Amino acid sequence: MTSLLLIPLLPFAVFLLLGFFGKKIQGNASGWIASVAMLASFLLSVTTAADYFFISGKTDGVFQTIVAWEIPWLKFSENLSINMGILLDPISVMMLLVVTLVSLMVHVYSIKYMKGEERYSVFFSYLSLFTFSMLGLVMSSNLFQIYIFWELVGVSSFLLIGFYYDKPSAVKASKKAFIVTRFADLGFLIGILILAFGADTLDFHTLINRLTDSSSSQLNGMVTTGFLGVSVLTWGLSLVFIGGAGKSAMFPLHIWLPDAMEGPTPVSALIHAATMVVAGVYLVARLFPVMALSCPAVLDLVTTVGLLSAAMAAVIACTQTDIKRILAYSTMSQIGYMMFSLGVARWGGDLSLGYTASMFHLFTHAFFKALLFLGAGVVIHHVHSNELKDMGGLRKHLPVTHLTFLIACLAIAGIPPLSGFFSKEEILLASWNHSKVVYFIALFTSALTAFYMFRLYFGIFFASPHVVKYHENGAHREGGAVILLPLLLLCTGAALAGFIPFGNYVSADGAALHTEVHFDFAFAPVLLSLAGILTAMMMYKTQSELPQKISNSFGVAYRWVYHKFFVDELYLFFTKKILFKAVGRPAAWIDRKVVDGSVNITADAAETIAEGMRPWQSGRVQEYAWWFVAGIAVMVIVVMCWK
Amino acid sequence: MNITLHEILIFSAALFFIGVYGFLTRRNMITMLMAVELMLNSVNINFIAFNKYLWNHQLDGVFFTLFIIAIAAAEAAVAIAIIIHVYRHFKSIDAEDAVELKN
Repeated sequence: MTSLLLIPLLPFAVFLLLGFFGKKIQGNASGWIASVAMLASFLLSVTTAADYFFISGKTDGVFQTIVAWEIPWLKFSENLSINMGILLDPISVMMLLVVTLVSLMVHVYSIKYMKGEERYSVFFSYLSLFTFSMLGLVMSSNLFQIYIFWELVGVSSFLLIGFYYDKPSAVKASKKAFIVTRFADLGFLIGILILAFGADTLDFHTLINRLTDSSSSQLNGMVTTGFLGVSVLTWGLSLVFIGGAGKSAMFPLHIWLPDAMEGPTPVSALIHAATMVVAGVYLVARLFPVMALSCPAVLDLVTTVGLLSAAMAAVIACTQTDIKRILAYSTMSQIGYMMFSLGVARWGGDLSLGYTASMFHLFTHAFFKALLFLGAGVVIHHVHSNELKDMGGLRKHLPVTHLTFLIACLAIAGIPPLSGFFSKEEILLASWNHSKVVYFIALFTSALTAFYMFRLYFGIFFASPHVVKYHENGAHREGGAVILLPLLLLCTGAALAGFIPFGNYVSADGAALHTEVHFDFAFAPVLLSLAGILTAMMMYKTQSELPQKISNSFGVAYRWVYHKFFVDELYLFFTKKILFKAVGRPAAWIDRKVVDGSVNITADAAETIAEGMRPWQSGRVQEYAWWFVAGIAVMVIVVMCWK
Repeated sequence: MNITLHEILIFSAALFFIGVYGFLTRRNMITMLMAVELMLNSVNINFIAFNKYLWNHQLDGVFFTLFIIAIAAAEAAVAIAIIIHVYRHFKSIDAEDAVELKN
């Protein structure tokens, strides 16, 4: 139990240490301190996972949900209290592994990558805070606890995206990320309140039990009460999903994700692979039993949003030229995959394949996406540009990066026997079983994924640029062991993670789910992916006019996609033109003229009256006496006249 | 020689207004105190006069006068104490100089 508590508290201690005393720590010592703490945290997670999955987790072949530690924090009533606790179940243990591993890799990588930064220690303290928040989030045993850590994740991502705070674009991006996710969190909070009010508890275990038991009074209450024609339960779950969609950058709340690339590259790796964006998927998975058993309508919403995001992001990714943005859209697309995979799952046995597939994809995605970002970091460091047009022919300059990047691209494209193949096959199978429409859109997205990833790959490592101006001091090209070790380790994971019999460990109901690869079924997706890769190879392996011609032939459609379907502009139009002008300005006018005005008038009147009365109170006794005598005289005269 | 009530009232009214005049015009606090004493005494005269001429068989007016004399003595004591204090503070017993309660 102590070791469990240490997993999140070690990064937190590092955050405090580096936050308070970071300036006194010389050189890159703070990076090493943070990394060692992360390593300890990772090792503790590994022992926890080993213990849970192989020794203590199972009872009668079913993984149990264990609340390992819990203290009441805020007690509202007998039933309703906010507890702080640690919850162990297959997905939280799996997430512990993913988060600590990716975070460890990012920490080690950053030791070298961020070298020479003025705020070196601050960077590591933020990284640790980020990791702490995410670990707290996945271990939460209470719906409100998850919300607290959820917001902490938001804050630390804000700090990290805006790390280069003297760069206006970074400041803008961090504000955008914070405001958009915060806006979504409003939905989450309302959803929490609805669920907590309806189920009369905030505790996950009790909440899920009550809301999945069809004879419980709480569930009946929530299903029978409606608002705007939709049951309260659906409202609550949908609102919670909006919060998850905001953090996971699902359409239409995805606009912050590409801009978040303004942060340092290791941060992008952390955000995209392990923390932040998968939080939404995790949240949906956490509440999956409730959705699947009591409210499948919400799962349809999840499917729609996930599918739309996956397809849209894949299309946009084909047109972008900033390599980190391409990766950002690919993340959005893959997260969309995880989302709709959860959406197509239903309760019980093989029907819940989508759940396992989603978690599996989350697991494998963490490896190859972290690898892609860290590799992109090396490339950017080498070229000093994010733009695809400034790169090319780098395979000889950066051999190790090239190789690991290739493996990651193959993995994300779903080429066997790399990890992405297995998880993607499961997702496709689950969607085939659910609905053919979902399947074909997913298939299309998968082909596009292969295309844009290899467009990126060939663009960076093959096609020669117009001007070559890379620095040629060989030894420091790829940054040495500290940079390459994380790449190689993640590369191993990305290549081999697929062979883990994931269904045995993670499934919706805890019982082992037997999954196998159906090669006849996998034929079409792999073929399509290969086709995508070949197309990319033809178009981008050598510098040519071909891509330009093709994009020109698409005309307006290309422009729409290149400008990301003008979603940002739509938001700007809505906020600036409609909200600011039609609501903000009149409200400001009323505030200035009516609210402030009435206060000002009162104050002015009081001042004028006081100004007039002040001379009367001169302090001269005889003046007072004059008034007194004169007053009496007047009274006497009045009384006399009266008679 | 016979003095009528009428004459006495005129006398006391004159005395009262001399007091009022003195109180309003003099700046010296001691003089102002004396003016107040004049006013009090004119009232005393009124009491005695009414008592003697209208309710000769009673003593209420006399008692009142005695009271007023006692109170006037107390008042003079307090007032002179204040004036001494004011003098120590402002180095002046001019009423115009002591216009502020502060300090």
